[in-house]
Amino acid sequence: MKKLLPYLSLCFALLLSSFIARPTADGYKVGDKATDFKLKNLDGKMVSLADNKAAKGCIVVFTCNTCPFAKAYESRIVDLNTKYAPKGYPVVAINPNDPAVTPGDSYADMQKKKYAFPYLVDESQQVAKTYGATRTPHLYVLTRQGNDFVVSYIGAIDDNSEDAKLVKTKYVENAMTEILAGKPATTNSTKAIGCTIKWKRA
Amino acid sequence: MRLSKPLFLSIGLLFAAPAFAQQVAVIKFPELQKRLAQPTDTTYVVNFWATWCAPCVKELPSFEQLRTANASKKVKVLLVSMDYASQVDKKVKPFVKQRNLKSEVLLLNESDPNTWMDKLDAKWSGALPFTLIVNNKTKQRATFEQELSQAELTAALQKFPK
Repeated sequence: MKKLLPYLSLCFALLLSSFIARPTADGYKVGDKATDFKLKNLDGKMVSLADNKAAKGCIVVFTCNTCPFAKAYESRIVDLNTKYAPKGYPVVAINPNDPAVTPGDSYADMQKKKYAFPYLVDESQQVAKTYGATRTPHLYVLTRQGNDFVVSYIGAIDDNSEDAKLVKTKYVENAMTEILAGKPATTNSTKAIGCTIKWKRA
Repeated sequence: MRLSKPLFLSIGLLFAAPAFAQQVAVIKFPELQKRLAQPTDTTYVVNFWATWCAPCVKELPSFEQLRTANASKKVKVLLVSMDYASQVDKKVKPFVKQRNLKSEVLLLNESDPNTWMDKLDAKWSGALPFTLIVNNKTKQRATFEQELSQAELTAALQKFPK
């Protein structure tokens, strides 16, 4: 038993460190391959990235019905789809919030939205966790490379949530201009204030 | 006797200060950064919140309680509102009054987090609430990009000198 003790404590230490190391390792960084998902759209049909064979990529936005910042950006997200869907980068919106925490984010409430793009429910919250989304809105530009989707941009839509007219830097549009030109985005990671994703209570 | 303008102003400020103690100062990031960089042995508990953020509003009483519990100790609670500066009179001040917040409330008037957030803490992705506990003398620092319960907050502060 005495000989086993150092071994056991090492195991325990390793076990502990794997727990502690987890949060920092979570989520995508630019350059990572994004795993595809299969999530339910407003019409009840399942949507995956791979479904859209014509797409050169995708603008994935974690957003919701209730967050004031998501609301402030709603029309700008619609505009992104209008502008970039014809260029091969449609918007796919995903609502990761637990409706038990924010009732306004239920599947029934999502039906009130009439978007030209999918508005998917991430019921298990697994997609948001895999992506490393922390807030709404939280945006990811994915670029198709063969059968893979590679993360090209993560972060904010622009630099002024309060007033679209006061925006000086359109972060995602600047990135898209470069991405569409086949170049990596100069500013590929930005931050924005938003509402924490309403995770299910364990 | 005519009072000089600066003197008049400073007397005015002297009387005004207590009346405005529960008010909300609107500041830019360099000012906040300066406040948090002071070489003091006081532990700062800085909570970033907003009146529109439900989990923030829910956890505010925990910060108020923490302030009361550590009133005689070297602990300073700063509640930094991320509401828009345009809402300070309409939303934030009435909120502070209605909730009877006694901790110091500031409003950080910055529209683009990319100009300041990394300087505050690179780990913060921008979700609210966010809490930073810092002691410059012992160089201790802890951050939480999540809602904290009273117990979690108390436990987090336990590790800092008071």
